[in-house]
Amino acid sequence: MHRLGSFSASRWGIIVTGATIGILAALLQSWGNPPNMGICVACFERDIAGALGLHRAAAVQYLRPEIMGFVLGAMAAALAHHEFKPRAGSAPIVRFVLGMFAMIGALAFLGCPWRALLRLAGGDLNAIVGLAGLALGVAIGVQFLKAGYSLGRNAPTPSATGWVMPLMMVGLLLLAVFQPTLAEGGAIFGSTSGPGSMHAPLLASLAVGLAIGFLAQRTRFCTMGSIRDVILMGDSHLISGVGALLVAATITNLALGQINIGFAAQPVAHSVHLWNFSGMALAGLAFALAGGCPGRQLFLSGEGDGDAAVFVLGMIGGAGIAHNFGLAGNSDAMVDGALRVGGVSPAGMWAIALGLLVCLGIGFVMRERTTAIRRVPAAPIKTGE
Amino acid sequence: MDAVVVDARGLSCPQPVILTRQAIKQASFPIEVLVDTVTSRDNVTRAAQKMGCSVQVQQVEGGFTLTLSQ
Repeated sequence: MHRLGSFSASRWGIIVTGATIGILAALLQSWGNPPNMGICVACFERDIAGALGLHRAAAVQYLRPEIMGFVLGAMAAALAHHEFKPRAGSAPIVRFVLGMFAMIGALAFLGCPWRALLRLAGGDLNAIVGLAGLALGVAIGVQFLKAGYSLGRNAPTPSATGWVMPLMMVGLLLLAVFQPTLAEGGAIFGSTSGPGSMHAPLLASLAVGLAIGFLAQRTRFCTMGSIRDVILMGDSHLISGVGALLVAATITNLALGQINIGFAAQPVAHSVHLWNFSGMALAGLAFALAGGCPGRQLFLSGEGDGDAAVFVLGMIGGAGIAHNFGLAGNSDAMVDGALRVGGVSPAGMWAIALGLLVCLGIGFVMRERTTAIRRVPAAPIKTGE
Repeated sequence: MDAVVVDARGLSCPQPVILTRQAIKQASFPIEVLVDTVTSRDNVTRAAQKMGCSVQVQQVEGGFTLTLSQ
């Protein structure tokens, strides 16, 4: 009888990981990251896209070291435990499209699932609406999975393939440290106001990213997977980590005085429920079809998964599209003492509708062609083909 | 008697688990599940044990063979 003996595979392992993320994210906010945005994978990839000039939204440009830390920390964990396994070839272009629409949906809400939890931990009740949308999107994805949805098999690749994403992150880190200007008036761009201008010291962000990347690779922490596993098979393993994140972030926010309960005028958030819900439903469906939340896709990239890396690039490309075409959500704001409710532009609404159509289409048409379950004569099974 | 083989190599989470659950519900034991990552090994083991199976794991070249019995 095989026992899942290691700490990282245990329930305590996933709980410790979730709690660590919750505490460190809340601390990052007090160290300088934007409010209720200690960590937001979607927002931070969007900030990186802005710093590189892939979009020119002035308020959201910064090379976020947390993202580089996630990939490199996961890589270190995978290498240390002989789990670094370069692989690719499972419908990469479809994954790019899923990443793109996942980002468009997440930016309509203004956050990935991690930030939805952190927003809730900070008292932003709009997060409940977003999380409900996320759950619906994942539930739709589960129905496709039950009906045989598959992006097909990956295959082992030469090890160089697995190093591409970690090396790209090293490159981004070098750009963040040395801030070279190679063209006058060109990248690297950096926000002077808005969320992109708010950040913890580089070393603190990087250290937190590395630690979380290491832990999350070991424990397979995944917000989308936590909802999926509950719906699919009543398995509460992953969601106990997500619950721990929420509880730990709430307690840390209480201790740091970072809680403000309500719907209106929350930081970097809008209170238009329909589009908070719809945006996250799109993101949840795309994450479910791609097999992981944006954080998980980074950790998988770190352990050599080239397909997850393509999803990440899709998200970064999607951030460019979202801001260049004005699809991202606009925050609520107080103007002359009056609340100006933000929300999503008409173009953003159409983009979410298009994204839902495309993702539903992908769910219907992608099927595994080969028979995975088969009967063979009861002889020793040949493996390692 | 024929053995049932679930070839889940190269499939990403949660497909190995879904296929294994299908096989457990439909097929006769023992069931051999072929996976190629530690994540799939652990996920399939956890799901099979939850469904009352005992699981033997053998490391093979390029992955693991899990033998599920009741």
